[in-house]
Amino acid sequence: MIDRRIFLKSSGLALVGGSLLPNVFVKMANAATTKGSKTLVAIFQRGAVDGLNVIVPFGEKAYYDARPTIAVPRPGVEGGAIDLDGFFGLHPSLASLTPYFKDHSAAFVHAVGSPDATRSHFDAQDFMESGTPGVKSTEDGFLSRAVGMKKETPVSPLRAVALSPALPRILAGSAGAVAMTNLSQFGIRGAANVSSGFESMYAEAVAGTLGGTAKESFEAARILKSADPQKLQPENGAVYPNGPLGNSLRQIAQLIKSNVGLEVAFADVSGWDTHAGEGGAQGQLANNLRNFSDAIAAFTRDLGSRMGDVVLVTMSEFGRTVRENGNRGTDHGHANVMLLLGGGVKGGKVYGKWPGLSSQQLYENRDLAITTDFRDVFSELLTKQLAVPSLKSVFPGYDTSPSKWKGILA
Amino acid sequence: MNHAPKLLAGLIALAFLTGFTTSDSKLNDRQRALHALNRLAFGPRPGEVDVIMKTGVDTWIEQQLHPEGIPDRAVEARVAALPTMMLSNAQIVKTYYEPVLLARKQANAEAKNGDVDKKDVRRELMRDVPANQRPQVVMNELVAQRILRAAESDRQLNEVMVDFWMNHFNVFSGKGIDRFLLTSYERDVIRPHIWGRFEDLLMATAKSPAMLFYLDNARSMAAPENRPAMQQQRGFGGRFGFGRRAMMQRPQFQGKEGGLNENYAREIMELHTLGVDAGYTQKDVTELARVLTGWSISRERDGSGEGAAFVFRPQMHDAGTKTVLGIRFAPGGGIEEGERMIHVLAHQPATAHRIAYKLCQRLVADEPPPALVDRVAKKFLATDGDLRQTVRAVIESPEFWDPASYRAKVKSPFEYTISAVRAVNAQITDPAPIARALQQIGEPLYGAQPPTGYSDKADVWINTGALMNRLNFALSLASNKLPGVHGDVVALIPAGQAADASHSVEALALALTGGNLTEETRNTIKSRIVERKAPSEDPWDNTQLPTVAGLILGSPEFQRQ
Repeated sequence: MIDRRIFLKSSGLALVGGSLLPNVFVKMANAATTKGSKTLVAIFQRGAVDGLNVIVPFGEKAYYDARPTIAVPRPGVEGGAIDLDGFFGLHPSLASLTPYFKDHSAAFVHAVGSPDATRSHFDAQDFMESGTPGVKSTEDGFLSRAVGMKKETPVSPLRAVALSPALPRILAGSAGAVAMTNLSQFGIRGAANVSSGFESMYAEAVAGTLGGTAKESFEAARILKSADPQKLQPENGAVYPNGPLGNSLRQIAQLIKSNVGLEVAFADVSGWDTHAGEGGAQGQLANNLRNFSDAIAAFTRDLGSRMGDVVLVTMSEFGRTVRENGNRGTDHGHANVMLLLGGGVKGGKVYGKWPGLSSQQLYENRDLAITTDFRDVFSELLTKQLAVPSLKSVFPGYDTSPSKWKGILA
Repeated sequence: MNHAPKLLAGLIALAFLTGFTTSDSKLNDRQRALHALNRLAFGPRPGEVDVIMKTGVDTWIEQQLHPEGIPDRAVEARVAALPTMMLSNAQIVKTYYEPVLLARKQANAEAKNGDVDKKDVRRELMRDVPANQRPQVVMNELVAQRILRAAESDRQLNEVMVDFWMNHFNVFSGKGIDRFLLTSYERDVIRPHIWGRFEDLLMATAKSPAMLFYLDNARSMAAPENRPAMQQQRGFGGRFGFGRRAMMQRPQFQGKEGGLNENYAREIMELHTLGVDAGYTQKDVTELARVLTGWSISRERDGSGEGAAFVFRPQMHDAGTKTVLGIRFAPGGGIEEGERMIHVLAHQPATAHRIAYKLCQRLVADEPPPALVDRVAKKFLATDGDLRQTVRAVIESPEFWDPASYRAKVKSPFEYTISAVRAVNAQITDPAPIARALQQIGEPLYGAQPPTGYSDKADVWINTGALMNRLNFALSLASNKLPGVHGDVVALIPAGQAADASHSVEALALALTGGNLTEETRNTIKSRIVERKAPSEDPWDNTQLPTVAGLILGSPEFQRQ
């Protein structure tokens, strides 16, 4: 079943061309179902997705010159990009996201990234997640610092959740984020006295990582048990594709619907390190992108009007070389692309200054140059979506003034 | 204003954070034995602390440093019973991968002719493959031998170091055909070299099909203008190794040229040797990639052997001038260029420091004391990268035996699950439930996707979800709910000691941990389990013991080593 409201809005938009209408979700914001609490959903594409084949600059001849076998064809031909604005096009595997761009609830930022020059996955992810490019001594993640800036009481132990087996760097820190892979398996399987036995054992003696983690674990388990989010079925006919991302987003949607106080949700998805056999309109990257797109589309559909209070954002540690390598793949590069989707997003637009792809415009003569620092995007997002009161300690030493923001959110 | 007190306070706080406040007190004999078993083995089996105290901790360590002298027949016999353990890469590929390829080919052909779904056809065809020849058998058996050896081998330090080096030279089983190449990788590349020279280990990994495939070097070749002149002809590409074959057979790639891939060149410097901050440049990465072109994987039709082995292909090698880390290679070189660079990388001070740091982090503390790391790095350099002497330098250091190191590290998921299995003296008839638990706790074997491998630091492992899964594993194991992993906790307590609740908890704690629980933990267990019964009920019975054992194995003390 299709969510009627979205369906009507979308078809209406299609009729008028969509250019004058605001994001379809904006009017749905603060719907009674979410009690007005906002959520930020961050997805990390680990391994460095090839942003130039995600949002394709089909208006640049240099793009086609650099990629003889893996370029996505221009719009209008078979397997061609989906035209967004006459210059940029979506990879055809992202077809399921197109309606959200057209109805102005989705936007992209191109040539965005972390300014540090490293091409090490490990370092680049570390810098992006710590929020301090070039500084290795940062101990916590910037999303953890951002959540920690909000002094609400009482704090929900489920306000920051990562759908992953290990707590990601971006949520490490004193905000007490929870990592889990399966909502239904979270908790102690055993008699009540066993669970409480563990709880007091850890409460008594243990300082540091173990003790703090344990306290959060037991509180989170209690809340989850009473909210029972895993009983919630996808709504509006949403069908999540198989795979880790679909699985993560389905559960994040359940948490949002259960009103457990979720403010930041995080999921990662890997398989983007396409050094060889990347493919163009079809192939390895195309398959990964289809799953990625379908998972996000299902999430959006599932949440329906609740999406008015949610913004989903994607990131990846760096982009990939403009020129394809000898194995029909791409090597580690620099700038990349981000997606923002949800309530408050001024969508239907590809943001960011385009640096160009001719040789002299490239970063170190090989990569897309960065024109937008990822921290500018997050500064705006954290302020407008999560009402983080100050960004000073979130991005220490970085100028986060609103004048640098792109105006991606209302 | 005087900053000294503030600075001092900061230093003290830092020392606390890093786990290092050198202490005048010393570990007693029991603590020493337990510490050795926790760090240099996968934890004590019941009674093992006493055995080692009797042998002498130093004697035991000396034995462990020479695993070849420890007969290990029981576990080796178990491993030998796994059919894939004796097979070469080529044999594994032939037996377990070819049915997959065949099914794929046939499915494609049938899908072309009619309106059948490729996937259905393939699934149907794979169903006809006997269960013991299905592709997953290879990884299942490899995982099984790792678990069996870690839990049951008498060469415990050897297994600890296998875990360390497999992780240092990580290869992800989920990448393409690597799931068929890892058996030989661990058996022929890692295990034979971990007590020898680092250079030999590094060279072995550089020439291993598993690594060459994982980090794409197998398909890296010189740009057309840099190939040996006589080889510049169409059509030879199809004879290249594994990596290239699948691609070259696709019509859109027929006759097209390959080129450079810098993935392995970057990681061998960043992760395997120098470390990311050692001062090499992007140019060095690209130039090293050129040096390593032609290091590839053989195919049967090369005619030189059964295939799926290392091969150097001169026709893929970059014949131009190259300069890496200031070392210049004149045109016309071959495999010796890469060998020279591996020799150079293996002997750099930055490499010595990186290996020393990682070994100290694994064996001593999450943030190892810099002075220790420096000493171990010196030993590495002075001994031509002798790994036995390097590891010995860590173990014989005062920092290793400092009370500040005792129980200072949180166990990794692998260390935790295996130490729990050993603690209850479990008989493993099927390691699969342990492999599943490792997945849930966050460390699936051979499952680290990035070339960094898994972390050796506690804060990465300890998070809410993972901790819950640890506790649940402890409960399942202690109450015998893991099929194929059988432990009898009641049998661990000497007769007569289980008669009374308080003594039972103490005796079980000693049997399971080889040491003491804190008073808080002991009291908690007693109050929650033992004393919750009404006075009118039977005061104590053995049916409580599995729950008590589960609580002990889940306790904060048992998370540490």
